[in-house]
Amino acid sequence: MEVTSPVREVLVTGNKTYHDVSHDICRHVEAKPNPKWMAAMALSLGALFVGGYALAITLWDGIGMWGLNKTVGWAWDITNFVWWVGIGHAGTLISAVLLLFRQKWRTSINRAAEAMTIFAVICALLFPLIHTGRPWLSFYWFVPIPNTWGSLWVNFHSPLLWDFFAISTYFTVSLVFWYIGLIPDFATIRDRATNKISKAIYGGLSFGWDGAAKTWQRYETVSLVLAGLATPLVLSVHTIVSMDFATSVIPGWHTTIFPPYFVAGAIFSGFAMVLTLMLVTRKVYNLEDYITINHIELMNIIIMITGSIVGVAYITELFMAWYSGVQYEQYAFLNRATGPYWWAYWSMMTCNVISPQLFWFKKIRTSLWATFILSIVVNIGMWFERFVIIVTSLHRDYLPSSWAMFSPTIYDMGIYLFSFGLFFTLFFSFAKFFPVINMAEVKAVLKSSSGEIENKK
Amino acid sequence: MESGKNFIVGIFDDESVLLSAVKKVRGSDVKIHECYTPYPVHGLDDELGYKRSRISIAAFMFGITGTCLAFLMMIYMMGIDWPMIIGGKDHIAIPSFVPVGFEVTVLLSALGMVGTFFVISNLKPYGKPRIYDIRSTDDKHVMAIDLAKNSKSSDELNAILKDSGAVEINEKKF
Repeated sequence: MEVTSPVREVLVTGNKTYHDVSHDICRHVEAKPNPKWMAAMALSLGALFVGGYALAITLWDGIGMWGLNKTVGWAWDITNFVWWVGIGHAGTLISAVLLLFRQKWRTSINRAAEAMTIFAVICALLFPLIHTGRPWLSFYWFVPIPNTWGSLWVNFHSPLLWDFFAISTYFTVSLVFWYIGLIPDFATIRDRATNKISKAIYGGLSFGWDGAAKTWQRYETVSLVLAGLATPLVLSVHTIVSMDFATSVIPGWHTTIFPPYFVAGAIFSGFAMVLTLMLVTRKVYNLEDYITINHIELMNIIIMITGSIVGVAYITELFMAWYSGVQYEQYAFLNRATGPYWWAYWSMMTCNVISPQLFWFKKIRTSLWATFILSIVVNIGMWFERFVIIVTSLHRDYLPSSWAMFSPTIYDMGIYLFSFGLFFTLFFSFAKFFPVINMAEVKAVLKSSSGEIENKK
Repeated sequence: MESGKNFIVGIFDDESVLLSAVKKVRGSDVKIHECYTPYPVHGLDDELGYKRSRISIAAFMFGITGTCLAFLMMIYMMGIDWPMIIGGKDHIAIPSFVPVGFEVTVLLSALGMVGTFFVISNLKPYGKPRIYDIRSTDDKHVMAIDLAKNSKSSDELNAILKDSGAVEINEKKF
């Protein structure tokens, strides 16, 4: 039996009944799209098409359209890739790690956070794929297929290949986890549906779910085991992403601190993105009773903790550069802070180390506007972090004659815009056609009526 | 789906009433076909006498298969079929096979377990569920009793259900 401490605050406010939960969430799926939603969708489709032009030109003419040069061979594309993958860490962290720790407040936010994760990973996958130059051949470079089909076997000693396996596994497992949770809710929508088309669509998606006790029992076991599998998985993904850098011999990349530092940074930026999206969704869909200030405060605390870990990692890096006595390493860090890219370094420091410290003040971490602004600031900082790591380490080559600067072309920027268009198009479609909150799990933590019935006896 | 099966369907408002009802109904020698709830009710599986799900064993077996397949694949490709020296590493360098080995383990374990779950629970795209009461995915708990599997008459069952707190009792034919 579950024991719920009476001291804990209620997770869902407003004295909701079970039917209220179904109604509050399903009505957005059932209603016609509202004009605000249409405007937002039009905006993201616009970004998708404008950015799509940059993508098409890149595919047609090659990645020479980007601002890369011989010295800086990785820049915005890998920055964007790592940034999106990092954002894609919060969803599975919320649904898996918080499930294992029995943090019940996750039930109101896990659905949207997982959706965001999946869409962020799709955006991330786009960048390495187009950076191969000929994505239609990348099948031969990533997937181990026999020699007679392609070139040689893929190289399993390479972290780039580990990354392919890590991210495709992460994507698949997150998608499966998300879908398993959606099935009971699709069944609710199916049974409420009044018109034939939505009955057919949600009937198909709900896989014939009937809510039998035996199925629920298996469902809970499956969720728990998936959470157990996804927890090391989510930690492995950014660890392996960091190994793309850490296993090289470039000053500023070649450090053992990278895996934990990247994982903390990923959770940091992921939670920030969840907050950015949830604050808007909450407002537009009137979900104030489900996503309470308490939820927002808890997420802000996680941002504060992971932000502090990131801050400690930055300082450790500086210390290790000095303490190692390696002049290349020392120069790399001196150049980051005082070289031509100082503005990127200090933007990163301000956004990632200083701004989350504001959440020590209860007033700030319970303020919606402050949270919204800081959640965006954090993600700006995290983008700069990857830019600083990648570009400042590369732009000073070993020979001063090869020193160079990187400046993005409109195609670099266009593809970044494309990824935003893709992300928001997917997210808005999700918010309209899928239940944004896990109804079944919220009902399970509601427990509002149990007390009343107990009193009647 | 068999036709002509008769069920007595008890509808409950609250999970704690359902739990005590299951105990009472089973106590008066009635076989419950199944309960249908809008969300997982903790303790219901124990009350219904269901054994612990063995699906986690399936997950483990799929996981082990994944580990073995991944390592065999990498050892064969890198060490046997086309050995090359890359970065001065051994042909069969187990440490650099760990990340991919881990990922394939997780992938196979997750997909295998979820596949097993779908098969044993008869979940498939466009699957047609047998719905005893349409509100069971919204806010009502439903207890279905198969008349053919019980010696008691429907009137007796009605009385037992009413006595144990059902707010509504219907008959359903499939």
